Amino acid sequence: MAQNKVGKQTWQFAARPVIVSWGTAVGPMEGQGPLRDQFDMILDSNLFKGDKSWEESEQRLMQHSMELALEKAGMKAQDLDLYLAGDLLNQIITANFSARFFGAPFFGLYGACSTLVEGLAIGASVLNAGYVDNVGVSASSHYGTAERQLRYPTELGVQRLPTAQWTVTGAGSYIINMSGRGVGIVCATVGKVKDLGISNAGDMGTAMAPAAYDTITVNLQELQRKTSDYDFIVTGDLGELGLNALKELLASEGHSTNNVCDCGMLIYEPAQDTHAGGSGCGCSAAVLGYLLRQMLDKKFQRVLFVGTGALMSPTSTMQGNSIPCVAHAVVLESS
Amino acid sequence: MANGLEREILRRYEERQGLLPGWKEMKQEDKTRVQKEIQDDHQAVVAWEAKAAGDEKQRAADLKRLLEQQQQDFQQIDALEYQKKTLKLAPRPAVVKNTILAFVVGGLICTAGQVLIDLFSSGGLADKDASSAASTALVFAGALLTGFGIYDELGRVAGAGSIVPITGFANSIASSALEFKREGFIYGVGARLFTVAGPVIAYGTMVSIMIGLVYYFWK
Repeated sequence: MAQNKVGKQTWQFAARPVIVSWGTAVGPMEGQGPLRDQFDMILDSNLFKGDKSWEESEQRLMQHSMELALEKAGMKAQDLDLYLAGDLLNQIITANFSARFFGAPFFGLYGACSTLVEGLAIGASVLNAGYVDNVGVSASSHYGTAERQLRYPTELGVQRLPTAQWTVTGAGSYIINMSGRGVGIVCATVGKVKDLGISNAGDMGTAMAPAAYDTITVNLQELQRKTSDYDFIVTGDLGELGLNALKELLASEGHSTNNVCDCGMLIYEPAQDTHAGGSGCGCSAAVLGYLLRQMLDKKFQRVLFVGTGALMSPTSTMQGNSIPCVAHAVVLESS
Repeated sequence: MANGLEREILRRYEERQGLLPGWKEMKQEDKTRVQKEIQDDHQAVVAWEAKAAGDEKQRAADLKRLLEQQQQDFQQIDALEYQKKTLKLAPRPAVVKNTILAFVVGGLICTAGQVLIDLFSSGGLADKDASSAASTALVFAGALLTGFGIYDELGRVAGAGSIVPITGFANSIASSALEFKREGFIYGVGARLFTVAGPVIAYGTMVSIMIGLVYYFWK
């Protein structure tokens, strides 16, 4: 059996790769939310001045977040041996254009909102295996680009369902290596695709909850832990309804759930009327920076960070298919 | 040998079909075991199909389909159970509040339309022309408010109250035009102008033709 494998789905990183720095950039709405002081950059508008499209601005968000992360680490783009990035758009154009800018060796990722954790897991394993010195991971989403691709034109006067989540305009970039100091990535649990027949694009939290449940319980079982062995289990991003569904699933198997929370619930205030909370790759990517800051300040020590992705395609949804979902987890520990 | 395999897999298939009624109550680990058995059988049939020819190949293909269907049937039960469970957690739309808001806003838009008709009539337009002029004015207003970013805020509050009147139709076209103008005037605006309004136009035209025919022959 592979020496770093625990059980079937969990990888252990004995060499303990570390997140040495990060950068986050968000839109105006996120900048008014409860985490406003935690972001490195907040835009006045969903468009950068001079940009002609939201796609351009999303790309700039991702690029700036990585530039901020590089700046904080005292690195340049040339120092990245591997760049892992992804977003929600067709052919992950945001990631591709960012990678074009940085000129670093690049793997594009798609895991919907699980993209960031997917990147952290792959990055940590490649580092652990000794192929690279520095890995950059980015993920982003944008309200305008996501809505026009997945739902309706943004100016269309439709009423959203109370179960719907609000796509976060934001990006987060993280740099991992073995030599720096910071929060360590200790293990990763790679999730399986789960689909319990939800086909409503206005209720993705419910669709994703079984995937999150499966990955969390596999992680607990393979590492022989209980939910209480983690200071927090943070999902990104199930939203309010999805989080309740997850808690129900966990509780029905006898797990305690009082330390389970969700990035989509952290990023907005109820008064912002987003209905079920935030979603999109940018949500967990922007919120993780805040969690890491808390961990460095010793507010908590061990976190299970679970990226949950609804792998939704408008084409398959219109053809009557349900939404396949996946969740990946990384265990983060502050030393 | 192939016949033996086929019989064996069919026997197991039938045995599993017997589990369908009680599937809901089964333990997760038993469910996982059954699903794995289906997968293994499917894999065995794939191997058989690869070697078989003619009639036998067709029988293998049919058996594969049968197993896939069975796997889906079991998953379907789990899916329905889950949906039933989570439906209870879902917040209900505020039907009463939404209905009242839709009624009020829709009513106000229609009242504005009536005021416009009366104004145009008193200005000397014939009744039919006054209605056309009022519709034109409302479409213009809907498009203008969409451009100012106001109509989608209105729609969030009013729902059907601002979708059903002709201003909503204008909104659906103007919002698509705004959305897709970045892809250019041909493949963007031109091709996708009716992304939202298209079905209304297509089926509206068809129904009006049918009603026209009925009217023509039954007059």
